[in-house]
Amino acid sequence: MSAHVHSQLAHSRTMTLPHVKIRPSRGLLHLDLSTVWQYRELIFILVWRDIKVRYKQTILGAAWAIFQPLAIMLIFTAVFSYVGQIPSDGLPYPVFLYSGLLPWLYISQALSRSTMSLVGEASLISKVYFPRLILPLSGTLSPLLDLVLAFLVYLGLMVWFNVMPTWRIMTLPLFAGLALLIALAGGLWLSALYVRFRDVGHIIPMFIQLWMFVSPIIYPVTKVPETWRSFYALNPVVSVIEGFRWALLPDYRVEFSVFVPSLVVVFLVLAGGLVFFRSMERTFADVI
Amino acid sequence: MGNLAITADALSKRYWLGERKVRHNTLRDQAMHRLKSLANWREKRAEAPTSFWALKGVSFEIKHGEVIGIIGHNGAGKSTLLKILSRITEPTGGKADIYGRVSSLLEVGTGFHSELSGRENIYLNAAMLGMRRTEVQRKFDDIVSFSGIEAFIDTPVKRYSSGMYVRLAFAVAAHLEPEILIVDEVLAVGDASFQQKCLGKMEEVSRSGRTVLIVSHNMTIIEGLCERAILLEKGEIAKEGDAREVVKGYAEGLTMLAGTPMSDRTDRVGLGEVILTKIELLDGEGRIMAAAITGRETIIRMYYRCLVDKDFQYCRVSISVNGRKGHDLFVLSTDIVDPTPLTLSGEGYVEFLLSELPLTGGAYFFQSFIESNGLAQDWIKSAAPLTVLDADYYGTGKLCPPGWEGNGVLVRYKWKTGQLV
Repeated sequence: MSAHVHSQLAHSRTMTLPHVKIRPSRGLLHLDLSTVWQYRELIFILVWRDIKVRYKQTILGAAWAIFQPLAIMLIFTAVFSYVGQIPSDGLPYPVFLYSGLLPWLYISQALSRSTMSLVGEASLISKVYFPRLILPLSGTLSPLLDLVLAFLVYLGLMVWFNVMPTWRIMTLPLFAGLALLIALAGGLWLSALYVRFRDVGHIIPMFIQLWMFVSPIIYPVTKVPETWRSFYALNPVVSVIEGFRWALLPDYRVEFSVFVPSLVVVFLVLAGGLVFFRSMERTFADVI
Repeated sequence: MGNLAITADALSKRYWLGERKVRHNTLRDQAMHRLKSLANWREKRAEAPTSFWALKGVSFEIKHGEVIGIIGHNGAGKSTLLKILSRITEPTGGKADIYGRVSSLLEVGTGFHSELSGRENIYLNAAMLGMRRTEVQRKFDDIVSFSGIEAFIDTPVKRYSSGMYVRLAFAVAAHLEPEILIVDEVLAVGDASFQQKCLGKMEEVSRSGRTVLIVSHNMTIIEGLCERAILLEKGEIAKEGDAREVVKGYAEGLTMLAGTPMSDRTDRVGLGEVILTKIELLDGEGRIMAAAITGRETIIRMYYRCLVDKDFQYCRVSISVNGRKGHDLFVLSTDIVDPTPLTLSGEGYVEFLLSELPLTGGAYFFQSFIESNGLAQDWIKSAAPLTVLDADYYGTGKLCPPGWEGNGVLVRYKWKTGQLV
């Protein structure tokens, strides 16, 4: 009926209309990151929803983001410093511990959130189109707020223990960025695997636990035998924590050589994760 | 390309049945399967995984401004087609091109979060459907007033009734302004007046020169809204053309399908451990009838068979009567009238006794459903035909008004007059 009236209008519109091509995908290297950028508003809104929902119907609300790391710090200090007598490179142990706990709590949270992100949004994946990459990505973005809040606690600790910050504190966002990339790299692999294999859900808590102990959070890197250190540095979290400590603790010495293997590993895992995620993506809606 | 909105060229989609049935959801299963297939690699050729084509070479063209209906039985490939066009899943073969901004509505309230308020969910849902934030801000008041739940806009949606939830969700969807809108059966929800409002909105959308692709089981909606329709059967286009013609063809197909023996039916949905084997019509004296008669005592007997040797607990057997165009007329379900748990085993039947049949003369269909423990066992959309011969229901010698035959149910009532002084 109205088709004729509007066909002319439609015709002129066709010239500038977006053209969506639907083809069976072939090849692995079709990354298409520009679509992710187009959907940046959705990333923002997912992150916002995540943060909003997390502290709904809690009495303390966002105060949990401060209370939790503080409690963990107190417990660990009691166990590892007083009972375990673990050295802390001559710094007050709580400050030393907290400077490593800060990025670690972020990484562990971001990693588990992004791993769960696809399966947790199964109904979205089977009902609406958007670049699936957005889900693990927003999973790593939303705990950034907790990181910022936990950082405020650190500032308090500095005052309490009379530790003065230096200009190096300005480089912190750089290391936070590296932490984000690590969580994203792991999240890409694990979230896609989780769609197919629910075992991942059981493995993740153990994996994170183990990862914490092979990272220099409760003990200093100097505790690791020199000969093992370059192997040890294959764990990219080592770099993040060393970076955080360098930025936050005065007179903290870092062997910058640890960054090289870490960065190579992060880059490889991230690039591989992107390709793997893309190749699994096409069957998410059918398998989830 | 001119004014084409959508072109589909030999679209196909294959699902692996083996994968679906024995899905290796854990690594151990997968590893075991790999090991086994390594061990039996010689036989592997013989037990090739069975796949099935949800879509087979579907091609069509849709122009800008057209409103197209897609109809077909359960499992005919309608949802698969919509999912491919919405880019939710990829085709196995073939290609499609879409010219214009697409919004697809395969569900109302996609992405709604129960903890968030109505206001927050509007933003969330709109973003999921591809609306920009500035656009939502501009239309926010319209969306809220269309939904009619202004008073509760800051209440978490978990406190909403299901009706309010649907209203809000549809209100967002109705304010999308894509060039191409893909809709799946969303109108099947909400109360009658709200449905009317939605239909009005759909018509408005189609009048404004936008392209609409709609899947529905409700033939009245398809006939009312669409100029053209596509009938899918077993993943292929069975008929395409003028909506009324295609709907007619579909209705005829229903008749033929309902006539095929129950055991040959492949359009079943469910686990299939308990299946329906036959439907019989009996009169008040227990004699088998070929056709039922308006207003008479009628027995509908559903024979079942359990293919697994065990007691199936908490069963529900139900049958509904549908009109020629697939609309629901009434439903009989064991649990509604009697809450005693029903256990089925072996072979047997369930009878529904109607003291009077409230249907006018005409052709109808039975839709059958069996479930146990909350799981669907056997659901057949058009299980068997039902022919009803008209009789004098009200005992007045008058039959129902013309146009009502086969479209509604008969109810007993009285009427009287009153005088205003």
